[in-house]
Amino acid sequence: MSAPPRPAGTASASGPAAPSRYPSAEAASPAEAAAGATEAILHDALHSASRGVVVDSPPGAGKSTLVVRAARELAATGRPLIVIAQTNAQVDDLVGRLADADPELPVGRLHSSEPRPYDPALDEYAAVVTSAKIADLRELPVVVSTAAKWSWVKTETPWPHAIVDEAYQMRSDALLAVAGLFEKALFVGDPGQLDPFSQVGAEQWAGLTYDPSASAVTTLLSHNPGLPQHRLPVSWRLPSSAAPLVSAAFYPYTPFRSGTGPGDRSLTFGAPSDGTPVDRVVDEAAASGWGLLELPSRTTPRTDPEAVDAVAQVVRSLLTRRGATTDERSDASAPLTADRVAVGTAHRDQAAAVRAALAALAADEDTADAGLTAVAVDTANRLQGREFDVTVVLHPLSGRPDATAFHLETGRLCVLASRHRHACIVVCRAGVPELLDEHPSTEPVQLGVTVKFPDGWEANHAVLSHLAAHAVPWER
Amino acid sequence: MTHTEGSTAALRRRLAELRGGPEVLPRPLDARALAALAANPGCRRRALLDGAGVDKAALAQALGAPAPFGQSQFAFARGNSFEAKVKADGGAELIRLLCASTGETPPEPGAVTVPDLSADGPAGRTARTRAALFPSAASQDPPAAPPVEGTDEGGTGGWSLLYHPMLALDVAGSTAYLEPDAIAVHPDGSWTVVEIKSFPILDGSADAAKVGAAARQAAVYALALEEAAPGGQAPVRERALLVCPRDFTNLPTAHGVDIRKQRATTRRQLARLTRLEEIAAEVPEGTVFDPSRPAGQLSSAVESVPAAYAPECLSSCELAFHCRERARAAGAVESLGRSIRGELGGFTTIGAVLEAAGLGPDSESGTRSDGPSQQSVDRAEDEDGERADPAGSALRRAARLRSEALGEAMC
Amino acid sequence: MSLMSALARMEAAAAGRARPRATVRHRHLAEHPLVLVPLTTAGEAGAPLGALAGTDRAAPELLVVPQPRDRDQRWAFLARLAGVLLPHLESALDDVEFEERKETDPETGKKVTVQAELCVDAPQLLVPNGPGVEFVRLLGRSMRFRRTAEDDPDAAYPAPPRVPLLGRWLTQYGERARVPGSCLLTSMTELLSRHWATGQSALEDQHLGALLAWIDPPEGLTGAEAALRAETGRDAGGQLLCPPAGPATDPAFDNKLLAPAVARFDAGVHGAEEEVRTLIESQLRPTWEAVWRGVDLLRGLPEGERVAERFKRDRWSYTGHRDRVRSGEPPQPRLDDAVTAAAKLAAREQAQARLEAQEALDDPLVMAERRLAGEAFEGEVVEVEMAWSEGKRPMPRPLVTLRTTDRPHLSEGGKVHRAMDEGARQSAEFVDGHGPGTLTLRLTNGMGRSKEPAPGTVPEKGDRLCWTLFEHSPRGGPGLPDVEDTPWTHGGPPSESPAAASVPAQTPGLPDPGGTVGSERPVEERTPAPLPLPDPVTSEDLL
Repeated sequence: MSAPPRPAGTASASGPAAPSRYPSAEAASPAEAAAGATEAILHDALHSASRGVVVDSPPGAGKSTLVVRAARELAATGRPLIVIAQTNAQVDDLVGRLADADPELPVGRLHSSEPRPYDPALDEYAAVVTSAKIADLRELPVVVSTAAKWSWVKTETPWPHAIVDEAYQMRSDALLAVAGLFEKALFVGDPGQLDPFSQVGAEQWAGLTYDPSASAVTTLLSHNPGLPQHRLPVSWRLPSSAAPLVSAAFYPYTPFRSGTGPGDRSLTFGAPSDGTPVDRVVDEAAASGWGLLELPSRTTPRTDPEAVDAVAQVVRSLLTRRGATTDERSDASAPLTADRVAVGTAHRDQAAAVRAALAALAADEDTADAGLTAVAVDTANRLQGREFDVTVVLHPLSGRPDATAFHLETGRLCVLASRHRHACIVVCRAGVPELLDEHPSTEPVQLGVTVKFPDGWEANHAVLSHLAAHAVPWER
Repeated sequence: MTHTEGSTAALRRRLAELRGGPEVLPRPLDARALAALAANPGCRRRALLDGAGVDKAALAQALGAPAPFGQSQFAFARGNSFEAKVKADGGAELIRLLCASTGETPPEPGAVTVPDLSADGPAGRTARTRAALFPSAASQDPPAAPPVEGTDEGGTGGWSLLYHPMLALDVAGSTAYLEPDAIAVHPDGSWTVVEIKSFPILDGSADAAKVGAAARQAAVYALALEEAAPGGQAPVRERALLVCPRDFTNLPTAHGVDIRKQRATTRRQLARLTRLEEIAAEVPEGTVFDPSRPAGQLSSAVESVPAAYAPECLSSCELAFHCRERARAAGAVESLGRSIRGELGGFTTIGAVLEAAGLGPDSESGTRSDGPSQQSVDRAEDEDGERADPAGSALRRAARLRSEALGEAMC
Repeated sequence: MSLMSALARMEAAAAGRARPRATVRHRHLAEHPLVLVPLTTAGEAGAPLGALAGTDRAAPELLVVPQPRDRDQRWAFLARLAGVLLPHLESALDDVEFEERKETDPETGKKVTVQAELCVDAPQLLVPNGPGVEFVRLLGRSMRFRRTAEDDPDAAYPAPPRVPLLGRWLTQYGERARVPGSCLLTSMTELLSRHWATGQSALEDQHLGALLAWIDPPEGLTGAEAALRAETGRDAGGQLLCPPAGPATDPAFDNKLLAPAVARFDAGVHGAEEEVRTLIESQLRPTWEAVWRGVDLLRGLPEGERVAERFKRDRWSYTGHRDRVRSGEPPQPRLDDAVTAAAKLAAREQAQARLEAQEALDDPLVMAERRLAGEAFEGEVVEVEMAWSEGKRPMPRPLVTLRTTDRPHLSEGGKVHRAMDEGARQSAEFVDGHGPGTLTLRLTNGMGRSKEPAPGTVPEKGDRLCWTLFEHSPRGGPGLPDVEDTPWTHGGPPSESPAAASVPAQTPGLPDPGGTVGSERPVEERTPAPLPLPDPVTSEDLL
């Protein structure tokens, strides 16, 4: 969901002494602005009288860092805490981060009774306790699990505190099932990513404040409009070439900025371009942060062979030209390796086709050791929350006969366009602007449902018009 | 719009020619028709016929495929009686509903001004409406920027309610006159578009398709209001007020409807109408859409402008049954639904799809149960075949699996 | 639309008649369904105009409202509708069997097994199309809060006895109809389009006449020709040859025929009522016949194996409603509370998953669609290698290698399932693909409790197996809190005070350009009252 514009005057319940909701991000340095926001969030989380605090976190704004820090500070007050995340991968990641940050802190990992229920790497941490039964973990200062697992837990005495992670991707009914477990909670999430959805029609409840198919944050704020709301103002992931575009296109009412400036990062290649469109678009992206490899306009099936081939060739160019990155974290340059590159698609069969194409290229002797098959190739849904140096995106509307609500969903494009630290290369057939123009706009309107912004049409146009300046036409 | 005076006049002339000459008056565009432009913006045929003001219902009749649209007099009478009831008390109830939706304080009884907007002809009514919208004087500037909604500050005027005002909107070089149900002027000088509809709001919700249509119509009025204001700085509120019967009664209830998206969409669609010149230029000289012409002539005239038929057209365009017949005759896959194209890649006709699936007329018939020969399947379904032609390969796999399953079931 | 459905539609378009989408019937069809064909008055929120209803194809009851705006006539209509429908809906209340089920003992709080009554059958209601289902829901909503003279001696316009009860039944049936695969109330267009693919779009399939024209075209016409005739064919007087299947009428009928007849009725012209009746019947009859033709066509398909199991859930739903009515519970609230809404959504998602799985298991044509989508695969066993799990008690974990031409979307460790004889199931995990067309699975259960697998539980070389990536019997989620424990995130427990239903209690909207969800919704919508008040009745109300 995109951020619903909110009333500017929502008072922080912690009173006039609390720091202002949006620290003067324009004046301060990114680090100061981010630190100010974090202090204000932690202040509310620890001391606010309200039962909830909501934090919007744009891509790469340090959400995990915030969650880990909030969890440690809450635990330090001596009151036990639960953390509710949405997927097992997120839970394992958070537990690992907590254990890394504070090896002494006992952390419970509540898991299912399925085989291989959690990442075995967690067994290496001395202070991490894993169990399928809450009774084994009840006394620990922090217990982490998925919303699905938490919903089976019954308790007479609720935990004083909870942190709900990825709250915008959580459905309202999932929150309903777990909200009895805690007294107060910190809700953290990215409003710009993909909305939760239901497999069956839920129109019957559209417009109700507690519509079970809506996002947990929508329901929470409908019933508790006075909760303190915060926003992390700086993306540490997105480079200065990407943050303004992603912010304007997907977060029009809650802008953020990049933590780095134009000269802070670089992507260079040891091997020169051979002049082909693939190498040229890679160079364009290395120089400007964006590249558009534009294939001739044509209606294609989802697994457009030419586009899939183009994506694979771009990945090969990235990995065989001795790429190196430098950034603000260290003076030394780091090689651009396969684990720092990802390919994002809209559909699973597209991801499968790209994997097959990469495997075919990898069979070639010249590129056998480039690690082409080690590149993460996945759909937007599965790339949510992940970070890479360079991403290659097969545009969701490429080759489509029509735009559909699925392909126009802003969250999908937002996820795909906001995974990278250095550059993003989009592979797309020409003609998408026309496709957008021809999209019928006869959406039904449900009374009482908040209109979502930005609208898919506007966001797609914003991204495409930006990419147009970085386009390289494809020739075979 | 970005026309020069000259090109506007030229376009107007050209569109008149297409209608059948200057003596054939354009069918006036109303808000419903303008809102319907968004239903299928990819259709050049519809854009041209609507833009030229061709009477599509008469045209469809002449082509032998009349539109089945019509309004029941029961519905008509009901709509009128509900609107009359809503307006009966001089606007107090409407303003009360509006205030309940925005949080403003309703005025004292009798404090709502209802100006008389009657005049001869649409231009006169438009002038009266303008005068009522900018009461201080036509020469003075309207409020410069939309005030913050929901506050009672900023304005010095009182409430007024404009019933059936008339607004002018430039559409592809011609003036369309639009008649909203009502416009409310708030004390702060801002305006709310009011739509009165006779479908019910039952337990707080209403038919979403109908609310959507009402929102698109309201958006057209909002755009026309923007045009009425000098500099386009119209203080039109982001929410229109939708007034409907409540539950099973004919008591009115109202809901604010956010029309920002619909305004943006309609603005885009109207801007795209400038493409009319382009479309008109591709139509052969002498083409005329005058419904009094013989059907054969009309049919080829219509055929000279490409259509983008989809089954959704059947409920929104008078010409749809004609276009459907042509699309079916051409075997266009879209005649089976827009969504069917998704996995067909470059295949656009049913014949080509069946051929690719191994079910074409050459391979006996489309209904045989033994399916395509194993040889052709093997050839087509190997990995290379799939990579080269994923759509065809998927179709062959689909046809094989389908015929196997049907054959299996028959045993 | 799936590629296979698209292909079936194209085959139908080319062949000129519908093609199968199923080889078995995936929905329960009662021996004696009650068919209801309603008509409503244009522009009025659910003011009925007439209906044909009954279980006897040859002798439907004709119900007509000669002047839809007349309250007394409306009451008379609804009273008669109750007279026709309630005997059917109540026909299965007392024929019960006993089922074991777990319940929480209210005193000890422990789960105990109880013998629960389950109605042996549940009466079925068939309507022509989707809007017909909506109309049943609307009728239910309009009737269930009415009060009879017995309920309220002071009621200004008391409803006839049994009308509120019919409202509750229709509400129950209307809600149940939202559950995927349920069959208490269903539409003929939905039933037919589930089983046949026509050569037209899904949108056009909503026209019952056109849909039937494709499935069973009259002699000498193609489906397309017959469908066009059904959609647009008119007689010399401009009336449709195939009237719409309702509940909306054709405007030409309203304007040319009905309105003048109603005017004559209003003027007290002798015979005008009979004239209106004849007119309404002329619009209803063709649809009545069409629904029964649809029933005949559906009876031509054998019932799917798991249909009865799903229908049992409809019987539970029917029994549950019976028990709530008998225990004197108030009518269903206007709006669901947060907990009820979440519970319904969860139940429907589970029903959807179950329906999809069961349809595939019951029908090779549906399974073929899943195989094409990479969600299932069929193959021949080429190798079986025995292996055991590690640990104190080694369990059989044989490796089974299959050859298949299907392309399942499997990744390492991915789970697959297959149905075995007598309802047993077996799961396995994907181990490896050895190049194209061959893949190996490790069986993980369904082989008994000993070290050696039970006979017949491990496939043998040469067996053809069908595995699915989806579960065959999807599990439900955990329980939700009780309504009185609704948490603060969802507004807390609904208020106990009966909400005023007479005046819309508008809460002022926040001065908020974006709008806050629900800020404008009447209070009653957030807090449905346990004892709902009747709808306001005004001298001019419509229903």
